[in-house]
Amino acid sequence: MYHLGALGFFYFWVVAVSGIYVYIFFDTGISEAYDSVEYMTHDQWYLAGVMRSLHRYASDGMVAMMMLHMVREFSLDRHRGSRWFTWFTGVPILWLVVICGITGYWLVWDSLAQYVATATTEWLDWLPIFGESVARNFLSPELLDDRFFTLMVFLHIAVPLILLLVLWIHLQRVSKPEIFPARGLAVGSFGMLLALSLAWPALSQGPADLGKVPAAIGLDWFYLIAYPVVEIWGAGPAWALAFGGSTFICILPWLPRLQHKSIAQVDLANCNGCTRCQVDCPFAAITMNPRSDGRPFEREAVVDPELCTGCGLCAGACPTSTPFRRASALVPGIDLVDQPLRDLRQQIQDATDNLSGERRVLMLGCAHGMRFGHPAIDGVAAVQLPCVGALPPSFIDYVLSRNLADGVLLAGCNGGECYSRFGIRWTEERLAGERDPHLRSRVPRDRIGQLWTGARSAKQLGKELRAFQARLPERPAKTEKSKAQPEASPETPAEETV
Amino acid sequence: MNMLFRYAGQALVYLIFAAFLGYFASAPVYNHFPADKALIKLSLAHGAAREGGCRRRTQEELQKLAPNMRRPMDCPRQRLPVVIEFEIDGVTLYSASEPPTGLSGDGPSRIYQRFTVSAGKHDIVARLRDSDRTEGFDFEKKATIELKAQQSLAIDFRQEMGGFLLRW
Repeated sequence: MYHLGALGFFYFWVVAVSGIYVYIFFDTGISEAYDSVEYMTHDQWYLAGVMRSLHRYASDGMVAMMMLHMVREFSLDRHRGSRWFTWFTGVPILWLVVICGITGYWLVWDSLAQYVATATTEWLDWLPIFGESVARNFLSPELLDDRFFTLMVFLHIAVPLILLLVLWIHLQRVSKPEIFPARGLAVGSFGMLLALSLAWPALSQGPADLGKVPAAIGLDWFYLIAYPVVEIWGAGPAWALAFGGSTFICILPWLPRLQHKSIAQVDLANCNGCTRCQVDCPFAAITMNPRSDGRPFEREAVVDPELCTGCGLCAGACPTSTPFRRASALVPGIDLVDQPLRDLRQQIQDATDNLSGERRVLMLGCAHGMRFGHPAIDGVAAVQLPCVGALPPSFIDYVLSRNLADGVLLAGCNGGECYSRFGIRWTEERLAGERDPHLRSRVPRDRIGQLWTGARSAKQLGKELRAFQARLPERPAKTEKSKAQPEASPETPAEETV
Repeated sequence: MNMLFRYAGQALVYLIFAAFLGYFASAPVYNHFPADKALIKLSLAHGAAREGGCRRRTQEELQKLAPNMRRPMDCPRQRLPVVIEFEIDGVTLYSASEPPTGLSGDGPSRIYQRFTVSAGKHDIVARLRDSDRTEGFDFEKKATIELKAQQSLAIDFRQEMGGFLLRW
């Protein structure tokens, strides 16, 4: 499900390549259009016919992916804040894709095309923007001109190019966008389209005849679902639905949110302008500005509250975010206003206070992927984070070195589809020592588990937790659990203070 | 064994998606017009006469205008509405007075109507008034037509071609 947008792109390229091939054989004329498509479908079925089918099915697949992508992003609340731009620019994409489909079906000039042409122009005529009625072009065969097809071909090429431009704009606020699906998924999807094209080739529905009314139409419901609505409700209400629906989708990011948004805040006294938070921010909400407090650093981090989603990845990246503090309070250079790291440390201590047993596990998981609450398993405590990437690696060291638990299980969204985009990736890289801040080498890796499985039932979660508990090695020598003494510790590593 | 189930599961998902795409790409069939009926479209775009005649401007009026605007005749832009009636087998199906289009009311009046009728023989009458007369019509077309099921007949109007035209 994470690859819906990338799959939409993939289908777009299949449509583009197959469309270029089909265009080589296509003739723009009232009778030539239909004949040329028939030639492709029947005489050159093995290549042009397959290309035609690929063109159709990939187009339909693109609509399916686009709609699923939109519904998914909305259902996961991924349309607010800094994501508004991507959401907003997705709406013209919906229109452009539908226009591409309509002009494409028009070009075949079969009975479906005739229906589409007549219904579309009658619908358009309701708008007071045309001096002459467009539908009059389709009153009878002698009124129709070959040049109309030339215009439609132009539109069918120009609109996808505009679509490509808008797709590019769509991704401008997304750093490192995934526009290509994984190779296996791409191969599987193409194989599926090819098999479908061979088994169930796209066919025309008899030549258009403006002297007749096509009664039964094999509609492509992915593109032409609006037409029955127009016929049942009338043109005006159908336009109202189209424009009203689009406007409603556009303004969704600004409708009142159901949950309070916590944003990041910089504490200049602890910020040395190292840029780690800026590099790790998935929404480019942090910029590095010239120092404003006179301290001997070149830059300072500045958070744009409009772009900040409150994921906390910046706090996880800050080298000052260490729970090992000698004298000062835990105030990192950047932190979430409503969910500061000192609260997290306290929550960890509270949660582990009553842990007992041989294999005590502290589960640290994100609020989006794991709705675990309090798993009723002996020796397991859970603390929730805005994102697993908001956890500074030193907290894992803190839990294990202070003997607050025997193992730490990190739980997050389903692999690769982190709600905050890079939380899982940054966490894995920090644990592997490939990204700052690293997890210290002294921390036993066999006491750390990763569970990137997303929301799952309590039963399944319990199974995973027990399996992790069972994997935990015995402690070599039992040490007394260090009680909450975060400000004084001989283990405090010098490199974790700035 | 797990890999086998994994690939089988993936194949099943692809199969379901392919069936979904293949089916809804052209089905279920949409019956948008009764198979035993015929269609008559009454459609025209025609500009009626100007509202009021032209008059010659007086010398004083011309002097008040800029030199490049001193046209001797003052003709109103506003057109009259087009009045149209359409009867089939003695029953009036459509009767309307369509105003001109355009911000200044100087564009053609536009009419586009669809009538679903039973197949068979019909007597039709179309009438149009585009002048300032208050009674009667300037154009009239009477015809007996025979329509087959799903046939489409267009009734157009072209003044330069003598008035109403039947397009099959």
